[in-house]
Amino acid sequence: MTVTRQLPYGRAVVERRRADAIPKTTGEFAYSSDLNAPGMLWGHTLRSPHAHARIAGIDVSQAVSMPGVHAVLTHADVPGENRYGLEFRDQPVLADECVRYQGEPVAVVAAEHPEQARRAAEAIRVEYEPLELVVDMERATEQEPLHPDRPTMGHGYRDDPRPNVVRHVVIRHGDPDAAGDVSVEGYYELGIQDQAFLGPESGLAVPDGEGGVDVYVATQWLHVDRDQVAPCLGLRPDQVRIHLGGVGGAFGGREDLSMQIHGAMLALHTGRPVKIVYGRDESFWGHVHRHPARIWAEHRGTREGRLVSVRMRILIDGGAYASSSTAVTSNAACFACGPYAVPNALIDSTCVYTNNPPCGAMRGFGAVQTCFAAEAQMDKLAAVLEIDPVELRLLNALAPGGRLPTGQLITGTFPVAEVLRAARELEPPAAEPLPRDSLRLPGGAGNTTRGEGVQRGVGFAIGFKNIGYSEGFDDFTAARVRLFTAATGGLGAEVHCASAEVGQGVIEVIRSTAERELGPAEVVVLPATTASVGSAGSASASRMTWMAAGAVQLACREAMEELRRRGGTLDGDAIDIERIYRHPPTGPLDPETGQVTSERAHVALACAAMKVVAEVDVELGLSRIVWIGVAQDVGRALSRTAVEGQIEGGTAQALGLALMEEIQTRDGLITNASFTDYLLPTTLDMPPVESVLIEDPEPDAPYGVKGVGEFSTVVGTAAVASALRAATGRPLTRVPVKPDDIAL
Amino acid sequence: MRIELTVNGERCEADVWPGESLLFVLRERLELPGSKNACEQGECGSCSVLLDGELVCACLVLGAQADGRTLVTVEGLAEDGVLHRVQEAFADAGAVQCGFCTPGFIVAAADLIRRVPNPDDDAIREALSGNLCRCTGYAKILDAVRAAAQ
Repeated sequence: MTVTRQLPYGRAVVERRRADAIPKTTGEFAYSSDLNAPGMLWGHTLRSPHAHARIAGIDVSQAVSMPGVHAVLTHADVPGENRYGLEFRDQPVLADECVRYQGEPVAVVAAEHPEQARRAAEAIRVEYEPLELVVDMERATEQEPLHPDRPTMGHGYRDDPRPNVVRHVVIRHGDPDAAGDVSVEGYYELGIQDQAFLGPESGLAVPDGEGGVDVYVATQWLHVDRDQVAPCLGLRPDQVRIHLGGVGGAFGGREDLSMQIHGAMLALHTGRPVKIVYGRDESFWGHVHRHPARIWAEHRGTREGRLVSVRMRILIDGGAYASSSTAVTSNAACFACGPYAVPNALIDSTCVYTNNPPCGAMRGFGAVQTCFAAEAQMDKLAAVLEIDPVELRLLNALAPGGRLPTGQLITGTFPVAEVLRAARELEPPAAEPLPRDSLRLPGGAGNTTRGEGVQRGVGFAIGFKNIGYSEGFDDFTAARVRLFTAATGGLGAEVHCASAEVGQGVIEVIRSTAERELGPAEVVVLPATTASVGSAGSASASRMTWMAAGAVQLACREAMEELRRRGGTLDGDAIDIERIYRHPPTGPLDPETGQVTSERAHVALACAAMKVVAEVDVELGLSRIVWIGVAQDVGRALSRTAVEGQIEGGTAQALGLALMEEIQTRDGLITNASFTDYLLPTTLDMPPVESVLIEDPEPDAPYGVKGVGEFSTVVGTAAVASALRAATGRPLTRVPVKPDDIAL
Repeated sequence: MRIELTVNGERCEADVWPGESLLFVLRERLELPGSKNACEQGECGSCSVLLDGELVCACLVLGAQADGRTLVTVEGLAEDGVLHRVQEAFADAGAVQCGFCTPGFIVAAADLIRRVPNPDDDAIREALSGNLCRCTGYAKILDAVRAAAQ
C-alpha cells in the first residue's frame, strides 16, 4: 500500500496532456450542440405544464401550417413502441393518455429556425384535465397508482403490494433488536439535487436514406440508447447507429434518453437532419435528478464504542418513471451502515413513484443519501460516548475478511482504517486572523460581516460504495484493436471502444492502456459509436476506467499474441481483434432477507474520508467552507492529475448539496429551473482541496485500478454538514442547510 | 437584417433575425461554436467574449447590437498559430475535463491577466466567479490561471 500526498501545483510532475485538452481550449472540440448538417432542421419539444393530468385532446392543425414548420408529431406518430426505459419500459416517448410530471414531452416540432419551432410548439393546443397529485413520498403508497399496470412487479425484486412502490429492499442481518449500552436516533432529509452538467441535452439525427438513422448525441452508454431507441422507431438495432457527440458533463444525468428518439422521429419523418438543443430550463425538466430522501436511523453501541446494531428506514422519491431507481434503492440500503463492522442490522429502503421530477442516476447513486444520515449518527454516537469521532470510526472500521450487512465477504482491497488515518493526519491551515478581506468571510463579496459572529468548526466523515454494476447484471465492455503497417513503416494501431468520454478522461485510459500493451505502436483511439464495436457499458458506477482498461488490455494482448504467431510481421495483412471483458460475476440479493445469494452482490468497493473546516456567521446563517482534506482509496492511480480532478470535482458537487443546491418544487412543479435560482458552487465557494491517494491495488482489476469518480461526492455532503454542526452546535439534519436552519 | 462586424480580426457579414443573440449568431451563422450555450441567461460565463475589448456574455447581447463592433472569441486568442499562454496552462494543469466551461474560462482568464499583471488569489477567484464549472471543482483551473499569470 502506498500513500501519496498531493504536491502544490508547480512542484508536481506535469503529466502528458489529455488528447482532447487543446481542442477544448481553442473551441475546436465539437460538442453535441455544435453539430450541423446541410438542410438541417431544428427540433423543439412541447412539454407538459402539469405534474399530473389526463390528455383529453391534442390539436396540431394551427402549428403544422406555420411558416418554416416541416413536422409536428405526437404519440400517434411514434412508429414503434411508445414506451422506453432503462430497466422498465414505463416511460412514453410522447405522452399519450396522461402526463405524470411537469416537463413531460407531449409533442415535437421540426422547423427551419429554432424560433419557428418554438412558436409552432406554443401553437399546439393540448386539452388537459388535471388529476390528483401524488407529490408526498410518504403518502404515495396510499394513493391511486400512477402506473396501474405495475411495470416494476414480477422482476425478481421483493413484491410489495402497496401502490406506487418502485422497489422495496429489506436487509436483515443478525438480530436487529440486539440491545446496546447506548443508542442514538435521528431523522434526516435531503433535497433534490441536479447534475447541472453544463452542456445541455443535444444532438443531431441524420436519416440514412434507407429507413435507418444516425444519431450524434451526448450520452453515457451508446448501446443501451440504441436498444431503447430502435423498438420505439420500429427499426432493427443495426438501423439505428448512435455516435458520441462531444459530452459537456454527465454525472448520471445522461443515462436516460433525452432527445434521441424525438430527433430520430423528426429526421425520419422529414427526411432531413434534425438538431435538438435543450435550453437550461428544459434541461432541468429533461433529465432525472438525485433522489430526495427521508431517512430515520437508530444506532446502538457498546460503552466502548463498538456498533451493536443499525436500523434504518430509507424513503426515496423516484418521481414519475422508474429510470434506475431500483438500483438506487438497493445501493442506499447496501451502503446504509457505512464502512463499518455491524453485527446486526435492519435496513428498509423504499422508492416510490410520484408526480415530482423523475429521479435516477447521479454521482454517488443512493450512497450519498445514506452516508449523510449514517455519518451524522456516528458523530452523535461519538458525542454520547465522549469518544473522538475518528477513533470511533477506526474502532468499527471494516477490512478485507469482514462482512457487509448483506453477508458479502470483502475479498478485494478495502483500506478503511488507512483512509481514516490519512484523512485525520491532514492538517488544515490555522484560522486566518481578523480583520481580513470580506471576500474571505462568510457572506463574501456581499460584505455582510467583519467577523464578529463567525464561528469555526471541523467536521469529518467517511463514505463508501460499489464499483461497477451489481446484483447479477451482466456487466461487460468490448474493445477492438486493429494492427496494421503504418505509413511510417512501423506498427500502427487503431483502438476502438464505445465508452463515453464524458469529461472523466477515459480516452486517456484507452490510449495509455493500448500504448502500455502494444509497445512502440503508433496508437490512434477511434471515436465511440455503436456502428463498428460492441457495447462498452455505461460511463457510470465508477466503472469505466476499470472496464475500458480491462477490455483494451485483453484485446491488445490477443492482438500481440497473434502478431507473435505470425513471427512478428504483418506482411501487409492487418490484425483485427475484438474482445469482451467481464469483471468477476455478481449475484442478486435475496428479495426477503437482502442477503447475498452468491459470493458477492457488488464486485468491488472503495472509500473516501474527508475533513472539512467551516466558518459560519451564526448571526446571519451564512457559511464559508475554508479548507477540505480528502483521503481516497483508489486502487492504483493511472493518472494523478485525473484522479485529483475527480476528487476535487466530486467534492464541489457534494459541497453544493450541503450548502445550496436544491431543485425546489411546489405541487410537483419546479420553481427554480435556471442557473439564476438553482445555485452552484463558484470559485468563491470552493476552498482548496488537499487530497491523499491510498493505493492498494485491487486484485481483480486490470493494473489494480479502482474507479474514483464518486467517492468524494458520497462522503462530501456528510463531511460538510459535520463541520457546520461543529461550528454551530445545531443538529442540521436536512441538506442543503439553509441560513434559517443556522440563524433562527 | 444584415449586420457587419469584425470577429477575430476578420470582417464578417450575417443575415440575422433581430431576436437572435450574439451567441446564436456566432455559433449558427458565423461557424464559431467555441463560445458555449450552457445557460443562455448570463449566469455561467460559458459564452464569454470580448466586445470592443470588454468581457461580456454573448448570450446577453443581441446579434444586432454587435453591428459595426469588434469581437474576440476563444477561437481568436491564438496568434499566428501560437496558443495563448492561458490555453497552454489549462492543458498542462489538468484544468480541462468535459471542457464545456473551458472556452469561457479561457477568455475571462486571458482578460484578467491582460488587465491585472499579477493577480493575487482573491483577485483570480473574484474575476472568475462568473464562470461556472461542474467538473473540476476549480482547483486546477485556479492552478492554470496562477501559472499563466506568472
